[in-house]
Amino acid sequence: MNTWHKVSTVDEIPPLGARVVTTAQGDIALFRTADNEIFALRDKCPHKGGPLSQGIVFGKKVACPLHNWNISLEDGNAVAPDVGCARAYPVKIEEGVVYLGMVEMAEVN
Amino acid sequence: MTKMKLVMVGNGMAGVRTLEELIKLEPDLYDMTVFGAEPHPNYNRIMLSPVLAGEQGIQDIILNDLEWYQQNNITLHLNKKVVRIDRNKKIVYADDGTEAEYDRLLLATGSNPFILPVPGKDLEGVIGYRDIQDTNAMIAAAAKYKHAVVIGGGLLGLEAANGLALRGMDVTVVHIMPWLMERQLDLNSAKMLQTSLEAKGLKFLLEKQTERIVGTSTLPPLQGEGRGGDGLNGADIPHLHPNLPPEGEGASSNRVTAIRFKDGTEIPADLVVMAVGIRPNTALAESAGIHCNRGIVVNDTMQTFDPSIYAVGECVAHRGVTYGLVAPLFEQAKVCANHLARMGIARYQGSVMSTKLKVTGIDLFSAGDFTGNDQTDQIVLHDVAGGIYKKLVIQADKLIGAVMYGDTKDGSWYFQMIRDGKNVAEIRDHLMFGQSHLGDIGHQGQSSAAAMPDTMEVCGCNGVCKGVIVKAIKEKGLFTLEDVRKHTKASSSCGSCTGLVEQLLASTVGGAYTPTLNATKPMCGCTELTHEQVRQAIFAQTLISIPQIMQTLEWNTPNGCASCRPALNYYVLCAHPRIAQDDPQSRFINERAHANIQKDGTYSVIPRMFGGVTTAKDLRRIADVVDKYNIPTVKVTGGQRIDLLGVKKEDLPKVWADLDMPSGHAYAKALRTVKTCVGSEWCRFGVQDSTQMGIDLERALWKMYAPHKVKIAVSGCPRNCAESGIKDVGVIGVDSGWEIYVAGNGGIKTVVAQFLVKVKTHDEVLEYAGAFLQLYREEARYLDRTVHYVERVGLEYIKQRVVEDAANRKALHARLLYALQDEKDPWKKDNVRAREFEILSI
Ligand code: SRM
Ligand SMILES: Cc1cc2nc3c(=O)[nH]c(=O)nc-3n(C[C@H](O)[C@H](O)[C@H](O)COP(=O)(O)OP(=O)(O)OC[C@H]3O[C@@H](n4cnc5c(N)ncnc54)[C@H](O)[C@@H]3O)c2cc1C
Ligand code: SF4
Ligand code: FES
Repeated sequence: MNTWHKVSTVDEIPPLGARVVTTAQGDIALFRTADNEIFALRDKCPHKGGPLSQGIVFGKKVACPLHNWNISLEDGNAVAPDVGCARAYPVKIEEGVVYLGMVEMAEVN
Repeated sequence: MTKMKLVMVGNGMAGVRTLEELIKLEPDLYDMTVFGAEPHPNYNRIMLSPVLAGEQGIQDIILNDLEWYQQNNITLHLNKKVVRIDRNKKIVYADDGTEAEYDRLLLATGSNPFILPVPGKDLEGVIGYRDIQDTNAMIAAAAKYKHAVVIGGGLLGLEAANGLALRGMDVTVVHIMPWLMERQLDLNSAKMLQTSLEAKGLKFLLEKQTERIVGTSTLPPLQGEGRGGDGLNGADIPHLHPNLPPEGEGASSNRVTAIRFKDGTEIPADLVVMAVGIRPNTALAESAGIHCNRGIVVNDTMQTFDPSIYAVGECVAHRGVTYGLVAPLFEQAKVCANHLARMGIARYQGSVMSTKLKVTGIDLFSAGDFTGNDQTDQIVLHDVAGGIYKKLVIQADKLIGAVMYGDTKDGSWYFQMIRDGKNVAEIRDHLMFGQSHLGDIGHQGQSSAAAMPDTMEVCGCNGVCKGVIVKAIKEKGLFTLEDVRKHTKASSSCGSCTGLVEQLLASTVGGAYTPTLNATKPMCGCTELTHEQVRQAIFAQTLISIPQIMQTLEWNTPNGCASCRPALNYYVLCAHPRIAQDDPQSRFINERAHANIQKDGTYSVIPRMFGGVTTAKDLRRIADVVDKYNIPTVKVTGGQRIDLLGVKKEDLPKVWADLDMPSGHAYAKALRTVKTCVGSEWCRFGVQDSTQMGIDLERALWKMYAPHKVKIAVSGCPRNCAESGIKDVGVIGVDSGWEIYVAGNGGIKTVVAQFLVKVKTHDEVLEYAGAFLQLYREEARYLDRTVHYVERVGLEYIKQRVVEDAANRKALHARLLYALQDEKDPWKKDNVRAREFEILSI
């Protein structure tokens, strides 16, 4: 079961930018696109663990700051020909407030 | 709305590449139908040579498998030859009666091997060399027969001969001209080539003209026309191929046995391969009344005389020229796709070609016009014993042609210069000795890619070895440097192995590799415009923000990519200082966080120490900060200052505040360090106060952003202890003043700075150095260091603008000072964008 956590407001995340949320399951990056869509990915590049939150956001993708892999914000998959996936988390926005959906640790274990 | 219908005739390399380019631009514009006369999906025709040589299998050379056609909703008719076009009704008809309507038709029918019109040309065992079927026929013949004769000593003939010899046949190459590959080589290099091929066991008969081909029986052959000129011959269906020996049968009654020449001599032959040239396959177009002259005539947008019909590839004649190598065909494909996608901006303007023979162990390269004329000079190096020959042809200070044998490592470098029309006057002395001679410590030990073992590392940054690159080129069908970078990561980081990767491309795909024309290279995939065009528009049309640029210049992505956005951000700030707003989200993380990201996601902090001079107070504060924030590593950098490594991002603003020192910009495309030596204040040899000069330069320029990082050094005498010779601006004190050098580089490729001017005073140093750097800021492409910029425009030009034209120099310097006036220290508390550093939590 997903539990929804209130993490931020849309305004707190810069357009074409990101914020980092620390959680018990590790850092999660919240991205905001030019169209004000919000996506959440594990803040760890599938290549060598680079912090995706620090990359440049364009379209619905982010370029990893370490070696420039492009990762799709929608599902966390690396753009071909690179192969790999950063875990994606569900996000919902209600009245400008961003909620992050996470499976509780107890259930994961 | 129903989609438009696009029909393509000819399922080969040029045509399918056009579809690929089209799908990238407009995947949904057309319903696409493809007719291919061969029974195979699109394959890499140029790799037929390695297949024949037994180095690869057919399955390895498929470029687009059936699944690709399915995924892109392309209706594929294999094994069906189109025999008629009804241009009024806009319908094409195939030989089995299949028909397809079109709104746009694309002809990509390639060419046919030219078959000499001699008696006996239709005998069994006489074939051309064009497709999988021919290759299979040759492989089958090699298993069964002994004597092979290849007619034609050009590229294709030699590759065929080499392959057949490797399959154990006794091969003779017959050539009508006095030397091999006369269209690509001159006499000297051709002789060397012949000697090495003879060492591999091939035999040559030069200046021999074939009179007839002799068969076992004197009966006329049973079949009609072979595959000669008439591409519409319905009998040319693969399973009916007349030249394959029928299964299980011995030598049949009408197989070739010998070949006779005009001089009356004769040699035995069980297989004759005609490789005497190709003829554009225009039969279908001609039968439909489309204007042809040598090939299907097209304009610069790849359109035929019928505006709804386009044509690309070997079947085409563009400005009277037909092409027989894939690189130009791919350029045509790109232009054609652009028009089919209704973008309507690309133009094909013809191509310069290069050649490379794909015979393992033989290094040969030629490009451009290498014969020369009375307007040209040549530089020749001929080492017979060493097996090396090189000839460079120069006209009006430009390289226009090159032939190389034995050592081709600089082939792509020369080719790039030929294509770019680069002025070589300044490097003429060194030209013959190649690029590495101009300084490339990165890979000096390993210069010839062909000679490297497969396990040798090519890309030191990403740990990619030769074998992996060659395998990817062959199996994934890669043709460009960008492709190789994407698929293997080789040469995608520091770029110092680019030359090696280019060599591997050239030796693997032969003439199919062409370096991109620098002058017309688009900024990135988001636009067709070059850096220069974009900068010009930003300036002339007063575009002051990235969204405004993208809208006005019709970017094809909603908000660019990680490559164009940082460039645009720099360009607007440089063009409209103090007006344009910085966009942090378009800066690479280092410039957004004002610190260098490390591999573990922590950051490094390098405070400024003007001129490398520090104080006890500063050192004490640094020590305290290290203790307070548990900073794991403190290191003296190569730039005369101190680096604190392993700082957590959220600690950065606090570390800066406690240090209370200016930002060192070690993270930025901006002025880095001004290195100094002790100079006349202390040193017994010093003739100028280099330390103070350095401090003053650094204080004047320390917030200056630029296309790339900028490094300066000042030495107090010609002993040059600050290493001014490898800096973007290097200053050396002499008794009577200061010498200024520019465009040196100590990094990936070490390049010694060039002398710009000698001045008398301290203030002149500030003015000349500032003016040079402003010129670089205004004109260089983003990510070009000064060395790349000056290499492109030439030192003469810099001298004209900065040294000779005093008014211009002062204006440049004034613009720089104006731009720097408002720059802030990003580490100062008021300027820190706090949100960038705060972490959220749940
Ligand atoms: C810290 C330092 C090494 C050291 O421990 O001494 C260093 C560290 C890095 N260098 Fe350097 N370079 C350092 C001096 C140099 C020097 C020597 C110098 O400046 O006198 C050179 C050769 C001189 C030159 O640039 O011409 C040098 C040539 C490079 C290059 C190749 C540049 C080129 O155009 O060829 C790169 C790659 C690049 O910039 O794309 C690079 C890139 C880097 C980066 C930024 C790699 C990166 O992108 O993350 C490293 C950052 C580490 C960090 O986080 O601090 N570093 N680097 C030196 C910092 C000097 C300073 O005080 O600012
Ligand atoms: C052995 C060999 C080695 C080569 N090596 C190199 C090299 O090293 N470097 C290099 O740059 N180039 C090389 N080439 C040349 C290169 O392969 C060609 O330039 C390129 O394939 C031409 O592409 P195209 O699409 O114009 O024609 P093709 O690839 O020949 O495609 C045309 C296709 O159209 C089909 N077709 C024709 N008429 C019809 C019709 N009426 N209906 C349906 N289908 C039809 C044909 O069957 C064919 O499949 C080599 C060629 C050969 C044969
Ligand atoms: S500091 Fe410079 S030389 Fe050293 S590893 Fe990093 S980029 Fe390479
Ligand atoms: S860690 Fe992300 S690209 Fe290497």
